[in-house]
Amino acid sequence: MSREQKPKADYFKSIMAITRKDLSAELRSRELLSAMLVFSLLVILIYYFTLELDIKNRNAITAGALWVTFSFAGTLGLNRSMAIEKDRGCLDGLLLAPVDRSVIFFGKALSNLAFMFIVEAIVIPVYAIMYNVNLLIPGFLGVTILGSVGYISVGTLISAMSVQTRTRDVLLPILLFPLVIPILVAAVKASNGYLLNLQWSEISPWINVLLVYNVIFLAVSFMVFDQVVEE
Amino acid sequence: MIEVKSLIKRFGLKNVLAGVNFSAIPGEFVVLLGPNGAGKTTFLRILASLSRPTLGSVLVAGFKLPSEAAEVRMRLGVVSHNPLLYGDLTAEENLDFFGRLYNIHGRDSRIHEVLGLVGLSARRRDLVRTFSRGMQQRLSIARSVLHDPDVILFDEPYTGLDQDASEMLDGVLKSVAAAGRTVVMTSHDLARAEDLGTRFDVLNNGKIENSIKKQDMGTENLLAYYKRVLAG
Repeated sequence: MSREQKPKADYFKSIMAITRKDLSAELRSRELLSAMLVFSLLVILIYYFTLELDIKNRNAITAGALWVTFSFAGTLGLNRSMAIEKDRGCLDGLLLAPVDRSVIFFGKALSNLAFMFIVEAIVIPVYAIMYNVNLLIPGFLGVTILGSVGYISVGTLISAMSVQTRTRDVLLPILLFPLVIPILVAAVKASNGYLLNLQWSEISPWINVLLVYNVIFLAVSFMVFDQVVEE
Repeated sequence: MIEVKSLIKRFGLKNVLAGVNFSAIPGEFVVLLGPNGAGKTTFLRILASLSRPTLGSVLVAGFKLPSEAAEVRMRLGVVSHNPLLYGDLTAEENLDFFGRLYNIHGRDSRIHEVLGLVGLSARRRDLVRTFSRGMQQRLSIARSVLHDPDVILFDEPYTGLDQDASEMLDGVLKSVAAAGRTVVMTSHDLARAEDLGTRFDVLNNGKIENSIKKQDMGTENLLAYYKRVLAG
């Protein structure tokens, strides 16, 4: 038998193929995005009716309320995104492809991130209108992007682990939330800084935490995803 | 070509495979028989690089597992009872997606060719979730041969198929096997196994207990022998 080498698929093109596949499938079914969106909008509606806040308090709780909403909606999306792969055996189909396993991680993480951004792009303006707060602040939006990258990189790794179990719906948040506490705290503090017009010196430590956490978890996920998905 | 020596797979304290020795050459269609829980699927998952062996050596298409898994995957096609396809994509989109991951040049013409092979050209733009179980299984075979693999593994491909769909699948499997590939199939359907296979290996108690060439044993003898194995 010949040991002739066959050319492998380009790393980045393979990542984009997985992301594009997820986006095309979601465009048809809309089951993941609609669940995330309806959940998020219901949560901010519940906040609206239960927390009758004056203007000062409104600004103080906005970041926290939004990040709680994003993290719960994100968990819904992460769970569904991996469950789609697992339930029809498609995860095996991906694992059988002659690509580095980290390609699967980055492909899934990119599509999860796209879903998260779509939800945020709708929820943030709705929240701003309902509570009459200005959220169109570049720094605040930048923190939202940074926090989402960290949340999704950890979430994609943990969802790949939890999807292998029978109790995946329960297991994902139990494993994920303790790990993302640093991201949520840093994102809320940094977002608050921008919303309350604080000095850069008060905001920058939290931005640094977000950046370092993102780099560490992207690197860890790149290294361990192979072991996580293999039997 | 497949060559397996002294393969052991342990889950916890249990040895699911307890020293399997197995080989198959190009053009051979090996049907792996055995009772439920004998380790057939585990064995195929190891050959497919989806599971790591605990001990032993595994060579598939000339490459060692698990160290050369990517090279093995490039030369391997797998069909299981799960179709490994995305219901919300069309047949063509599914094959295009896998074609990109396998770096297939001339993807469009190859997709057209394999869809023709499994008789699904007319349904290429339909969503896979609208397909019957038999059509999904045929598309799954198209996916498995898209990159023209040297080795194909079929894990219970007839599960859940009705008589018509099974007969259609027979024809597709024969044409896939006729291309000089090494084929290993697990099945409980002895009549089909006898029709398709060139060799029958019985996996029981974690080991290959018997290996019978087609010309050495007729269907009735095979059936009688296999019943004895199942009866323990």
